[in-house]
Amino acid sequence: MKINQLSLFLENKPGHLSGVCRALADAGVNILTLSLADTQQFGILRLIVPDWKQAKQVLEKAGSVVNVTEVVATEVEDRPGGLADVLEIINAAGLNIEYMYAFTFRRGDRAVLVFRFNDPDAAVQALQAKGVNVVGEVELYERDNG
Amino acid sequence: MAEFAFENRIFDPAETMPRDELAALQAERLRQTVERVSGVPFYREAFAKAGVTVDDIRTPDDVRRLPMTTKADLREHYPLGFLAVPREQVVRFHGSSGTTGRPTFVAYTKQDRELWADLCARFLVAGGLRPEHTVHIAFGYGLFTGGFGLHYGVERVGAAVVPAASGNTRRQIMLIRDLGAQVLVCTPSYALNIAEVARAEGVDPTSLPLQFAHFGGEPWTEDMRTQIEREMGLIAMNNYGLSEVIGPGVSGECAARRGMHIQEDHFLVECLDPQTLEPVADGELGELVFTALTKQAFPLLRYRTRDLASLDPSTCPCGRTGVRMSRIVGRSDDMLIIRGVNVFPSQIEEALLRVEGTAPHYLLEVARPGAMDELTVHVEVRPEFFSDKMSRMQELRERIGQEIRSVTGIGAKVNLVEPQTLERSTGKAKRVLDHRKGE
Repeated sequence: MKINQLSLFLENKPGHLSGVCRALADAGVNILTLSLADTQQFGILRLIVPDWKQAKQVLEKAGSVVNVTEVVATEVEDRPGGLADVLEIINAAGLNIEYMYAFTFRRGDRAVLVFRFNDPDAAVQALQAKGVNVVGEVELYERDNG
Repeated sequence: MAEFAFENRIFDPAETMPRDELAALQAERLRQTVERVSGVPFYREAFAKAGVTVDDIRTPDDVRRLPMTTKADLREHYPLGFLAVPREQVVRFHGSSGTTGRPTFVAYTKQDRELWADLCARFLVAGGLRPEHTVHIAFGYGLFTGGFGLHYGVERVGAAVVPAASGNTRRQIMLIRDLGAQVLVCTPSYALNIAEVARAEGVDPTSLPLQFAHFGGEPWTEDMRTQIEREMGLIAMNNYGLSEVIGPGVSGECAARRGMHIQEDHFLVECLDPQTLEPVADGELGELVFTALTKQAFPLLRYRTRDLASLDPSTCPCGRTGVRMSRIVGRSDDMLIIRGVNVFPSQIEEALLRVEGTAPHYLLEVARPGAMDELTVHVEVRPEFFSDKMSRMQELRERIGQEIRSVTGIGAKVNLVEPQTLERSTGKAKRVLDHRKGE
């Protein structure tokens, strides 16, 4: 139930982010969601795309350093306390969140968040045991197409 | 065998001459050299001024009575003021690239060129070259002495040469693979470039037929040797030379790999404090100064190389008696003085290589925005140590900064940059940008 995230190293300079996005656009790659962590000097761009293997090739050909990381996409109820409930489950299972960000789409009254755990398998197990819906790759791409 | 990385073989019995015989030979050859250069106006005037004659030369140590020669002297007597034979005896000219000013030229007679081939053959055989090998030479074949010197040496040994010259790395990889070269000759930074391009092309560098590499042309480090040997699956050997002395062939490593044996029957070496010009103790860092003992066309007395190294006269298990010089750790004129501390680019390289996975592609930028010097080290990020976690990347930067501080004693700003954005070169890499000098 894990999904693959691409991350790449970016210098914090004008034009570097747009260059990456243009390379993906030219290859017809749609970005499902992204997050950018930055310092004054450099940034780390994290991307979820439908075909990560193709996107990785495109980015590497454009000269980027690209990593693939397993992350967990989780449904969270879109109401006050929805995120707090999920975080408490994670906390109770003794799991650490490295970082998290959201998808732009939602399903009914639920938002979808991306979590980066040190131990994604344990996280999937803990979340599913408490009835939290973990969204797989197939389902994500269906949403993208629908 | 344990003390050797491979079979120890000696090309010329002269390499094992007992030290007392060697000293007598050096003294005799030094006297001949003094007579030979008496026709060069620069030396004639210097001898007259110091009141030195050939009768003052009795032992090799008497070289200290002779005048020194610098790069500036060569420029001042441009182009051929140091030529010691009639012009018609010259069969070849070579020269320096002139990156730091006017180029300088050197000349060879037929005898000099034969000697050059012999000396290169000596260090190549010491470094594992055998007649059945094929050698891929990726040095430039121009005025630079690297390409031709190694070429002659390989031919003298009786091995096959692929004179690939520099440039077009993909084609080089194809040639190495298709012609089955066991031996690579280039600069160490170019070897890393070959490995990088091979990987990008989907070729595992260790799958290439290469077994040995002979590196020269630029300073490098022991950590870099480890990295190249691991990445390319070969034995990397070091050799040293400079056009003003003869080109490659001044010294080279043997199978024991504990320093480069200087070919002392042809070159007299001194290791001097660059400020006082007094000899330093064995094992201490000093500037290497060479006197050519047998060259005909262009024999320089006490040429100041600006290269900093140390000498080790202890006995070597390989049987060669020539004193061993360490790697070049820097140049007395490349030395950066940052906030009063002497810093060499090679130290930064050492620090970077200590941080796991960091390839030696870097640039030092020195500026003085206010009253204080500032050092910024730009380092290319490699896939092996890139992480999606910001905390890891910050740690990496800090670790690089700490290693630089521990090696050089000064703090530096570390700037991580995208891969393939710093300048690459097949010759000498541009490692320093000093804004204090208007660069």
